[in-house]
Amino acid sequence: MNASKPIVEIRGLVNRFGRHVVHEGLDLDIRRGEILGVVGGSGTGKSVLLRSIVGLKRPDGGSIRVFGEELQRLPAARRASIERRFGVLFQRGALFSSLNLQENVALPLIEHAGLSRADAERLARVKLALAGLPPDAARLDPAALSGGMIKRAALARALALDPEVLFLDEPTAGLDPIGAAAFDRLLVTLRDALGFSVFLVTHDLDTLYSSCDRVAVIADKRVLVADSLSVVEATDDPWIRDYFHGPRGRAASQAAQQLTSPPGGQS
Amino acid sequence: MPDTASRPGMLEQQAHRLSAVGDWTLPHYARLRDAVARVHEADSVDLAQLGELDTSGASLLVDLLGPDAVSDIAEWAPGLPPERQALLKAVADATRRRPLPPPAPRPAPLAALASLGQVVEQLARQQLQLIAFVGLTLSTLLTTLFTPWRWRLTSLVAHVQQTGLNAIPIVALLTFLVGAVVAFLGATVLRDFGATIYTVNLVAYAFLREFGVLLAAILLAGRTASAFTAQIGSMKANEELDALRAQGLDPMELLVLPRVLAMTVSLPILTLIGMLCGMFGGALVCALALDISFAQFIAIVQRDIPLGHFLVGIGKAPLFAFVIAVIGCLEGFKAEASAQSVGEHTTSSVVQSIFMVILLDALAALFFMEMGW
Repeated sequence: MNASKPIVEIRGLVNRFGRHVVHEGLDLDIRRGEILGVVGGSGTGKSVLLRSIVGLKRPDGGSIRVFGEELQRLPAARRASIERRFGVLFQRGALFSSLNLQENVALPLIEHAGLSRADAERLARVKLALAGLPPDAARLDPAALSGGMIKRAALARALALDPEVLFLDEPTAGLDPIGAAAFDRLLVTLRDALGFSVFLVTHDLDTLYSSCDRVAVIADKRVLVADSLSVVEATDDPWIRDYFHGPRGRAASQAAQQLTSPPGGQS
Repeated sequence: MPDTASRPGMLEQQAHRLSAVGDWTLPHYARLRDAVARVHEADSVDLAQLGELDTSGASLLVDLLGPDAVSDIAEWAPGLPPERQALLKAVADATRRRPLPPPAPRPAPLAALASLGQVVEQLARQQLQLIAFVGLTLSTLLTTLFTPWRWRLTSLVAHVQQTGLNAIPIVALLTFLVGAVVAFLGATVLRDFGATIYTVNLVAYAFLREFGVLLAAILLAGRTASAFTAQIGSMKANEELDALRAQGLDPMELLVLPRVLAMTVSLPILTLIGMLCGMFGGALVCALALDISFAQFIAIVQRDIPLGHFLVGIGKAPLFAFVIAVIGCLEGFKAEASAQSVGEHTTSSVVQSIFMVILLDALAALFFMEMGW
């Protein structure tokens, strides 16, 4: 397979709800093996973009090519087999409330990989541990979890089938700073090890600085710029200036520099 | 990397060393797990011919070697690409830091008995809770009765519309059909005695005393008790009840009272509609099948049926309404923050309220019979 070709190619995407236009002529690529951070003000359609790519919302125009194929035009069975190569972490976790954690993670393993229940649950516990959950959490119900644990469990479920693209909708929102930093490190480790690509919708500046290879800024119904952080920072746009050079942006930038400046400190 | 493209994963014994070859990935998991289980101990594995590797394969390698050996992987397998080493180390760290827990104990043979006991205890507790909730509702009702500015008129009217007005078509249709059926039954049985004229009395008695209120109440139990439980249950799941309490507002006053009062207003009206439609259905059958005209039907009802039957029927309506609404609300409060739980409690509220309506109706019938009303 051609390594340089993007896994997801979005061209001229249009999304609207009634008369409210969310996206108009939006272009974006997700490259193999990268962590792409997607930022933008509230209501600029970051989550809508994510839902369009994974096929939960039918776009009103434009094309989305995934692994070189137009998802909307494929027959349902072929589409399902492509969607199996996605992992999605929803904003609020969306764990199945009638199943406990290990059953949540084991479900796709049983349904798609054809594992026996015992094997699937064993593997599910490994994934839960990999996502940083203690072993006694495996038999808890989602209702008994804190926000941070839900995010970790949802990540474990998204990773269940070792996806090629991982879609994360604000994974560190609601985590304490230590938990969020650990989550960022975990993401980079897993990406390096498993080689998946990540589409990461986030508001967390620390995440952008510590783990993203490229950053796409959505504003005015399209992607304003999608490039490495230093290029994006230097882009002349009022929203980008406010975002990256406001007090929080500066602090995150300094923290990232301190982390990476000692020799060998790079992750 | 050696040329092992898409070769199924295997564990091979080569000379004195184990060798992991091929793809150690999810599709081969079950077979690889058996292979790993057969090997008792291994200090190191030759990973030079390893194909693809994912987390499931990595977890098997960690099982095979033990997490400590995997952590030192850089020493004994320096040829392995760094991202593979990172994956193995990540899985090893995750499994070592916290060993996997033993599976939950299997239920003992006596578990059936224990669960029977639990069900009985739960049932008793449920009735106690219901009585307590009835008391709470009544005391809230009493305290708000004397403070008219706290009456939630808008909410009350909205609920009357939902539970009463919107239920009129279904109640009317259903009682009409049952009325026709009762008339047919009566006509068939009474024809043998040449007493088909008493079909009128049968329909009138049945609907005034029992069927009007019972059918309306059962319909509302299915239609409204379930709605109350689902509404309050999902509000609880969404922490809306906590938000109300945190703002110093009483959910009993805001949510329960308007619903209970709306039901006690709606059900008597629906009962009246049910009685009329049931008798109309009976009258239609009488007119079409028995040659008893509408005028004659009404004349017989006026002559033979005392007012008391109507009062007995409609008097039960507010009681049934109160019980249905209270059960619906209480089950909503008992629901937990999961779709499963809201579903369970919705089922339970419908079953309980229909059961209670029929039980109370039977007790009332006994009482009225003894009293000679």
